[in-house]
Amino acid sequence: MSKPCPLIEVHQLERTYIIGAEKVRALRGVDLTVYANEYVAVMGHSGSGKSTLMNVLGCLDRADKGTYRLNGIDTTRMSEGQLAHIRNRQIGFVFQSFELMGRLSALKNVELPLIYSHVPFWKRRQMAKEALNRVGLGQRIGHKPNQLSGGEKQRVAVARALVNQPSLLLADEPTGNLDSATSEGIMKLFEKLHAEGQTIIIVTHEADIAARARRIVRMRDGQIVSDLSAEQDMTRQDGHRLGIEGAAR
Amino acid sequence: MKDFLLFPLYLARLILQSALLAVGQIWVNKTRSLLTTLGIIIGVASVAAVIAALEGMNRRILENFESFGTRKIFIWPERPQTGRQKNIAYEQIRFEPEQFDGLLEHCPSVEYLSLMTSLGRLPGRFMEHTVDAVSVTGVDASWFKIENRPIVVGRPFSLLDETQGRYVCIITTQLRDKLRMDRDCAGQIIQLGSNSYVVAGMVDDKPNNAMLFGQAGEQLDAYIPYTTAAKLLYRPWIRVMASCRDSTRAEEARAEIRFFLRQTRGLKPGDPDNFGVFLMESEVRRFKQVMEMITLVAAGIVSISLLVGGVGIMNIMLVSVSERTREIGLRKAVGARPGAILTQFLVEAVVLCMIGGFFGVGLGQLLARTIANSAPLMEQAQIPGWAIAVAFGFSGGVGIVFGMFPAMKAARLNPIEALRHE
Repeated sequence: MSKPCPLIEVHQLERTYIIGAEKVRALRGVDLTVYANEYVAVMGHSGSGKSTLMNVLGCLDRADKGTYRLNGIDTTRMSEGQLAHIRNRQIGFVFQSFELMGRLSALKNVELPLIYSHVPFWKRRQMAKEALNRVGLGQRIGHKPNQLSGGEKQRVAVARALVNQPSLLLADEPTGNLDSATSEGIMKLFEKLHAEGQTIIIVTHEADIAARARRIVRMRDGQIVSDLSAEQDMTRQDGHRLGIEGAAR
Repeated sequence: MKDFLLFPLYLARLILQSALLAVGQIWVNKTRSLLTTLGIIIGVASVAAVIAALEGMNRRILENFESFGTRKIFIWPERPQTGRQKNIAYEQIRFEPEQFDGLLEHCPSVEYLSLMTSLGRLPGRFMEHTVDAVSVTGVDASWFKIENRPIVVGRPFSLLDETQGRYVCIITTQLRDKLRMDRDCAGQIIQLGSNSYVVAGMVDDKPNNAMLFGQAGEQLDAYIPYTTAAKLLYRPWIRVMASCRDSTRAEEARAEIRFFLRQTRGLKPGDPDNFGVFLMESEVRRFKQVMEMITLVAAGIVSISLLVGGVGIMNIMLVSVSERTREIGLRKAVGARPGAILTQFLVEAVVLCMIGGFFGVGLGQLLARTIANSAPLMEQAQIPGWAIAVAFGFSGGVGIVFGMFPAMKAARLNPIEALRHE
């Protein structure tokens, strides 16, 4: 069996921000390959460049140097409109602060991406209901965000991300605003989606959240410092800790 | 190709969705939206009211013209400004009756023609009742048709009256009453100057067009056949009145009359006319043109207030964009193209303005009613259909012009920064 075409192929990605007179090199030559149906956690401290990487992977931002192929298509030279199209069809975002529209019901919130992919309204409703069923919120479609708990809100956001059947689900600190019990529920949901074949990239700084992924990518100062399977990563971290503790002792 | 064909459909759907969204957004901020559109409301209302008032005046004046008769044509001898007849005596360019023989046959656009000559003001008497001055005019039977004054009592001049120059007259209601004649005055005999006339019939007084043609005042008038008047006068000074078949054919009628008279009056090709032809219709046309200009200018000046309203719209749209920055970021993240965001905010501004336009037209209607009720000249004031369309169109235009800047600002937002916005 030949190797399948990678979903994400990132080569020597660089991104520099100019904040005032200062240049911030957020990404300094990142190489990353992700295949379909992988479950990847990107870890790193704030300022490590993980958010920038996520923005680039999510086509919200463009790299200054390097190439980014999504499903074999080079996105580096795409126009704003083409990137919007990719975000709409290929990528589902889940944000830390849910980003639901307060005036709209759960159903209408989930329908939002479909509006921009020109799906007729009768199909929109059906597709949004299916997505809500998938995240286990089939009974609460008429509720507005302020009538939902934090976990439910995040589920609505996940449903919104899934509604267009994207090839990639990008979650940025999806449990950052949730208590541990609710976080657990969301992580279980992610595992279920992964089992159903969804490719997931989750950006987090919490080790126990990252540990739920199959593969962990660690970043520091705009570079990838380690890229291991979850088990290998854990062993190595334990080794580190032991080492540090040993040194302290 | 398929995308290209479906594009108008997508655009229409996008606009419809944006419009629904905009209505929702406006409903959420009812008070703010109302206050914002107040500028547009007042602007549209004042434009509508000014147009209504001018239209009312216009109609009133046109009606006056109408009652005076827009098909009338006046013809009179006139000394040319140039040419060989420049300093000729009026006596030598006077109209002779023969010059008008056959005019109706040669001028298909002319319906009626009447020679006129005045006998001046003569003392009138019926039995023992007298009147100092009756204005006596010799006219043809068709003159009453040109003037649109039907004979209400008795009969018009007959062919015999005209061919034989009989001493008959048609008098006005005022003269009948002043001389205390019977209500049915036909057949009674009155004396005008040194001659006695049988009253053939009576016409109503001229309608009082005080505003346009001066106070008509006392109308103690008597009309006798032109032939009778011609017998009484040595070389009568003739004026001519005619009417065209249709007011749209007035200019043709003028051309035909000029052509005919230049021949009968023996003018050579290079000579200027030694007579004048005045069309009532061309006066009406000129008046309409002037009125249109006035309406346009007034509406233009008043619509400056709409621009002020537009600035208010722009302001509130900028506030709206900055309030909803996160929403814009999210919409972009889930795949809204810049064009979709632009459309959303542009449509919102336009809808806001259109709502203002709607209430503005309503308020304008109210103002127009008030104006109509307060001034008699304006009693027909009402907003014409085109003005409502223009008011809506204009307020929509204001929405596009002043909504463009905030909408572009929204469309250009960077999604990452927008999502980080507090």
